[in-house]
Amino acid sequence: MALGSDMYRQQILDHYKNPRNYGELEDPTFSHVGENPLCGDEIRMDVRLGEDEETIERVAFSGDGCAISQASASLLSVELEGKTVDELLAMDRDDIVDMLGVDISPMRIKCAVLAEKVAQDGAEIYRGELEAEKTTTED
Amino acid sequence: MSQQNADALDVERIRGEFPILEREFEGQRLVYLDNAATTQTPEVVVEAMSDYYRETNANVHRGIHQLSQEASICYEEAHDRVAEFVGASGGREELIFTKNTTESENLLAYAWGLRELGPGDEVVLTEMEHHASLVTWQQIAERTGATCRYIRITDDGRLDEEHARECITDETAIVSVVHVSNTLGTVNPVADLAALAHDHDALIFVDGAQAVPNRPVDVEAIDADFYAFSGHKMAGPTGIGCLYGKKHLLEDLDPFLYGGGMIRKVTFEESTWGDLPWKFEPGTPPIAEAVGLHAAVDYLEGIGMDRIREHEESLAAYAYERLDAEGDVDLYGPEPGPDRSGLVGFNLESVHAHDLASIMNDHAVAIRAGDHCTQPLHDRLGVAASARASFYIYNTREEVDALVEAIDSARQLFA
Ligand SMILES: Cc1ncc(COP(=O)(O)O)c(C=O)c1O
Repeated sequence: MALGSDMYRQQILDHYKNPRNYGELEDPTFSHVGENPLCGDEIRMDVRLGEDEETIERVAFSGDGCAISQASASLLSVELEGKTVDELLAMDRDDIVDMLGVDISPMRIKCAVLAEKVAQDGAEIYRGELEAEKTTTED
Repeated sequence: MSQQNADALDVERIRGEFPILEREFEGQRLVYLDNAATTQTPEVVVEAMSDYYRETNANVHRGIHQLSQEASICYEEAHDRVAEFVGASGGREELIFTKNTTESENLLAYAWGLRELGPGDEVVLTEMEHHASLVTWQQIAERTGATCRYIRITDDGRLDEEHARECITDETAIVSVVHVSNTLGTVNPVADLAALAHDHDALIFVDGAQAVPNRPVDVEAIDADFYAFSGHKMAGPTGIGCLYGKKHLLEDLDPFLYGGGMIRKVTFEESTWGDLPWKFEPGTPPIAEAVGLHAAVDYLEGIGMDRIREHEESLAAYAYERLDAEGDVDLYGPEPGPDRSGLVGFNLESVHAHDLASIMNDHAVAIRAGDHCTQPLHDRLGVAASARASFYIYNTREEVDALVEAIDSARQLFA
């Protein structure tokens, strides 16, 4: 096996140290929380939709955890603005890995996809397609 | 190595017996510091197992043919040898082979706990229990109406002895305590706890997964009623663990698992086989693994358990000292000394333990990061995860230096 990685490239470290859109929205359309028990990462994603109730206007995240989970949430918060909810729901782990721009070792992929899963579950709950209190990556 | 003395281990020679330690990752020599999870396996153990498969392999207890006889003898003798190793004078009758410590724990909890526990009974554990015992007793307590109590730890990671005396009462049915904590490195006063339990007519189970590999253990000196450990943490193979139990207690217990081979006396040496320990070992047991564990025990005793303990303690003390000197490393568990084993749990303040372990991996330094199967203890410590470096007979001070260097580079990366 090759050694881990360049997992901690500049972009990830930058987003970890200077997270974008960190905090909570005052008037989110939906908001959801989740955790990754492996690392103890916790993330809350707030999303505000535009008047069409489809276009993502603003995203904020809060929480704490490892650099991969936090950087991933920060990057995703930037990425999602202007996208539609359908586009959010269509994202998968490959999109996250592409967005991060580094190889994520198998043991850390759950950290990387936490924010995405939280945002997606939040959207599905908002649409009435899912019932869940909290998202967890352990399944 | 400054503190070399006549009694010190010949680490150079020992390393030669573990080919895996020669592995390199992208040109960097492996530094294996995850021994509390699993130790590496010396050639003599690998050889013993492959010889067994080449020359002796057969099922045990059932065949009349020569191979089965030989395999049975190997398998039985492994029980005696391992029993002797932990001071069980009853030999094979007091030593059950299981899959691992976790299964040993479950065997006891199901066989004894389901029958004996009821409302009003208390199971006394500690805040530093591994999930292997904690989750198991939780479940058995729930089914039987018994209650679990947890002896607190002090801020320096020792058991609060006063609280132990409060928790262990006439209501206590069993005390389940870890001998050496896999997260804090604390060596618990298990003999004192056994005496306390017995004063209240309670039994005591000791989880020795982190003790048997690295120190002399005498279950009778401890006066443990039951004692469990795993082969893969003591230079032996995976797939085998042990449950020691006092003979009269085991005789009294009903089996946990049912199947073939557990009660029939189909033997070639009919007079030597009693019900124990076979009634707890249904089905085809881990025979090659028993041969491997036997070889591992011979190997460890050849080195000397006292010397192994000293080697580990001195590495742990050195690691503790170096990490402490860093200034931004939080260390868990007692300070180095006789009640601390050869593992060091810590957190670098600026870097999450999982990030730290990933970066260490880039330096070919293998450590563990996470909750180490002690989530409630991590809650108690107020952290989600911790990093852990754990040492064994083949580790060196230079490897501790490599650990510290890798930590330095993680700090720089995140600065
Ligand atoms: C203290 C302790 N108890 C129990 C276990 C479980 O051992 P096993 O996984 O071999 O069942 C471990 C190993 O992680 C341990 O450190």
